[in-house]
Formats: sequence, structure tokens, C-alpha cells
Amino acid sequence: MSTDGITTQKVNFKVFRFNANDDYLPYYENYEMDVTSEEVVLDILNRIKWDHDGSFSYRRSCRHGICGACAIKVNGRSTLACKESMTTMIELFGNELTIEPLSIKRSVKDMIIDKGDFWQKHDAIHPFLISDVDENPEHEHIVTQDEAEALLDADICIQCGACHYACPVIEVNDNFMGPAAFAKAYRFEADVRDQAHKERLSELHSEKQGVWDCVKCYECAEVCPKEVNPIDKITKLHQMLFKEGVATSNVATRHAVGFKHSIAKNGVLDEGGLVLYSEGPAIVKHVPVALKMFKKGKIVPPWAITKSQNLDEIKKLVKSSSTVKF
Amino acid sequence: MEKLKYALFTGCTAKQSTPEQMKSTMAVADKLGIELVELTEASCCGASHLQDYDDFLSLVLNARNIAYAEKHGLTMVTICNTCQLNTAMTKHRLDNNEKLKAQVNEKLAEVGLEYKGTSEVTHFLYAIIDDFGLDKIKEMVKTPLRDFNIAPFYGCHNIRPSELQNETHKSAESAYRPTSLDDLIIACGGNNVDYAEKTKCCGFHAELQAPKTAATLTGNAIAGAMDNDSDWMVTPCPLCHLKLDTQTHHASEAIGREVALPVLHMQQMLGLALGCTPDELGLNHHLTKVDFV
Repeated sequence: MSTDGITTQKVNFKVFRFNANDDYLPYYENYEMDVTSEEVVLDILNRIKWDHDGSFSYRRSCRHGICGACAIKVNGRSTLACKESMTTMIELFGNELTIEPLSIKRSVKDMIIDKGDFWQKHDAIHPFLISDVDENPEHEHIVTQDEAEALLDADICIQCGACHYACPVIEVNDNFMGPAAFAKAYRFEADVRDQAHKERLSELHSEKQGVWDCVKCYECAEVCPKEVNPIDKITKLHQMLFKEGVATSNVATRHAVGFKHSIAKNGVLDEGGLVLYSEGPAIVKHVPVALKMFKKGKIVPPWAITKSQNLDEIKKLVKSSSTVKF
Repeated sequence: MEKLKYALFTGCTAKQSTPEQMKSTMAVADKLGIELVELTEASCCGASHLQDYDDFLSLVLNARNIAYAEKHGLTMVTICNTCQLNTAMTKHRLDNNEKLKAQVNEKLAEVGLEYKGTSEVTHFLYAIIDDFGLDKIKEMVKTPLRDFNIAPFYGCHNIRPSELQNETHKSAESAYRPTSLDDLIIACGGNNVDYAEKTKCCGFHAELQAPKTAATLTGNAIAGAMDNDSDWMVTPCPLCHLKLDTQTHHASEAIGREVALPVLHMQQMLGLALGCTPDELGLNHHLTKVDFV
């Protein structure tokens, strides 16, 4: 085999180490290696174990981007080790790379983490087709091409956890379901054969850990090694909640709907009015900050809001283009 | 160099809760000789929340905004990361889906408008870097910000999803190692601070529905900048500014530590370097006092 075009460069790896059985605190080991342009991140994990320290631990299985076992973080970025080329990592971060597990606080041994929270949340959304199927059907359940395409890419998720442990909400709120669980929920919500459509949506709609607590940061879309684009699925779940009539009036739904009312009235947003519409009487908790903002000239009173020119056009379009009622 | 001219999509925040952003944008544009034609006909972009409710309506409204930029024959420039995302995403979807474009245009025709796809959509930060040029900025700096350690806070919607951003801006940047704001700080003579939270989320979009989560993210961001010896923070996003500047009390409570730093709009930082007065830049409007000028 020709090796023409293969390049080599020196890389310093700072590698997270921790053994829950022996260590009180984690620490980092440094390994300097010559890395070829042909290697993927998993090759480096293998070389650390095989050439430097046999006790180094990590999960690996298929090496083909299918099993999802080898997801770790490189310089803070969730990465599926068997799929990510070292060339890309070096181009992105340079020659000083820090290798860490997906979640430091969940590390059991080096790169191996306890993914219990991930699987609990995955299971909680009922990740299977719920359908009252005749045990002896007369014919197959035909799904049209359009119906199949409605799943988008949600069915190619490999449960690697890259998005889950990249999600900033998961990091600060243990109860949040997380992008992977929502993407999986969408996979069944969008399946025409599923009969638990509204029940599953209702659970996702619940406050505290539900689909509305997403901060819309796009980290999940950025790190997904399979391009599932979980935030796209979260947005579609939001839309389903309204279209299917499952959405109930809460601060999140009123916040979304309030945009339409505000735009229909002013073209632009009435920011204070939107908060009032969303929060209702609970708006009082914002009063201290609002007063400070008012004193600093940071709040425009409702009567002083500059409306969009050609507002009639906007009103007409809101009326004729609205596709959802709430 | 031919005088740069853009159609300015202000978004709602610059006209309401961050008036200093509007003021400083105009002051900086004046200093740089950039002409901004304000799209006074524009509506709200939906801020990614209308999109949760009625996707088609949001497409029609954003397409209408771009159609007005097209009428002027100008590139649309935004000054809010979320406006940038929603407008660029609309453009991407319509330019890559003839059927959807036809459906949207059917509605726009009712008010005598058409979305053609001829105007580009870019953020003012990228217009300055890509079109005006950092070298020219450096030449124009009158008051180098050399005494200051400045923490860039990029804001999610200018750097993610990177596929869309790379398609939109001439100088594509990495979602993990973005450089635009750091480069602008350096061009202004300041010291750019590197810290882990600079590409993280401020929590703005979940502030009402998940206040504790949002406040924790805000607190972590300010704390990250403080722990790296920053004198102040700078952001191209007015929504990030609002969270970082006005929510310090909630942020401190959420992370159990007092946090606060002045948070300037990137236009204010640039304006200071170009010799604008604090008054011209509206620095008096901040809740977290800007006490270094």
C-alpha cells in the first residue's frame, strides 16, 4: 500500500485519569506522540493503552461509527473517537489536545462513565413503537415514502451520548431529559404507526425537565457525529405540541404564542408586554430588575414603542399565513 | 475603498431594552464611513420562539424582511445573533427549496412583495471583519484599549450551527475556536482573554421557562471571565448582553457567588477605540456600571 501523502506531526496529549476504586481525585497524564494524518482519535486511545499504560480504560466496540461506545471529549468537544480524524482535531485545536470522558463528574475509570442518567432518560420517553398490532395481520403496514421521510434523520441516532453530555442544560439540571431523548421521542412521534402520540407528547410537555427547558444553543447539533440534529427535532416537537392540541397554557407556550400577538399588533416586539403575556401575575418577580432598567433608560414604555412601517402588510400576512391556532 | 452600504435590520431589542446598542452602532458606522439604511418596515424575526409555534408564519415574516433588503439592492446586516440565525436560516431554507419558496412567495404576493434570494444576510461583526477589514480598523484606532483584559462572549447563534454560519460568512469560523471577536479586540488594542465559557450559552432563551438553569449559565459565563482576570466582557449579541448585564443578582444567587462585570456591546468597544465618547456609545445605560471610562 502506498503511503504517499501521509504526514506525521508531534502532538502533546493531556489525558484525564481517574479510577473510582483507588483515586480520591482525578489527575492528568501527558503523552507525546507522533500522529499520522491517517489516524482517528480511537487510534490514539489504543496507542495510549497498548504503548504507554495498559491500565488506561475506555469503551470501544465497532470502530465503524455505529455502536456509539467510544464517544469522549477532545478539548471539550464531544467526539465519536472512531469517526473523528486526528487531522480534523489538530486543524481545530492545534497540537495540544486534552482527552477527557464525556462527563468528568460521571467518570468511573478514565474515559468510562456511568451513563445511567442517559439511559434512564432514554427509557422515560418510551423509545419504542406503541401500536395495537394484530398478531396475525392480513398484510404489512405500508408506510409511504413521504411518511418515512417525516422521521428525517431521527432514526439514525446511535445513542453515543455526545449531544447529551455536550448539552449545557444537562450540566446544570440533572432532571432535564436532554437532546438525545428528545430526538428519540421525535422518531416515534413522527412515525405514523405509533398510537401513543398524544400521551408521549404530554409527558414531553411537562415542566421542570421537559422539552421547553432547551436553551437553543445548538451544541447538540454541532457535536452529533451522525447529523441527527437534535435541536431541529426539539423544535419539531414544540410545533407538534401546538398542532396536536396537546400544548397547555404555561409560561413557555404563552411565550411562543405571544410573539405572534405582538408582531400582529406592532410588527416589532413589545418586550415588556411579551413578558407580561407569558408570566401573567408572576411578572412581579421581574419588577426590581425592570425598575433598575427603567432608571437607566433601558426600557421603552409600551406607548413609546416604534411600530413597523407598513404595519398593514404585517397584519395581513399574520392573518393569512398563520397555520396554527392556540 | 468604495463606501460600504447595508440594509440595517435592527431587531427589536436595539430599539427597546438595549437602546445603547442602536446608538453605538450608528456612532461606529459614522466613524467608519459605513452607510446603514434602516429597514423600518421590518418585523420581529420571531427570535426562535415564534418558530416553535408557527414555522410557516415565521418563514413568511423573515422572507418579507429580506425582501425589503432586496428592494434596496443591499446586503442585510443584523446586530443581534438570534436575528442573524433566524434570518440566515430562512434564507437557507428558501434558497434550497423551490416549493417552499413558492409557498412563501404566494403569501408575500398578497402584499405586493417577492422574495428572490438576491440579498446576502450578515452580522455587523462579520461585515466589519470581512468587508471593512481589521487592518483598516487598526489604522483608525485613536484610543487603543491596551490597558484592558477583555473577555469575548460570542453568543450561540453567531457560531452555531457552524454549517449555516460557514455558508453565510466569507470568513468562516470554528464553533470551537472562533476568532472574529478576539481579532476585533486585538485590532482595538486590547488583550483578548481566553476562557472556556466564551463560546457557551448565556441561557437567555430559557429565562422565563427555566429561570434557574438560565441564571446558572449566566453566572458561569461571568465567573469564567472573572476568573481569567477580565476587566470587562464584550458581546455581539444584545440578548447575551441583557442576560450578562442585567441578571447578575439572579446569576450570583444561582451559582452561590457574587459575579458582575461590565458587558459592552461589540459596537461600544469598537467605538471607544475609535474615539467616540461614552455618551455617544450610551455607556450610561448599563446596569452593571461601566466605571473604567
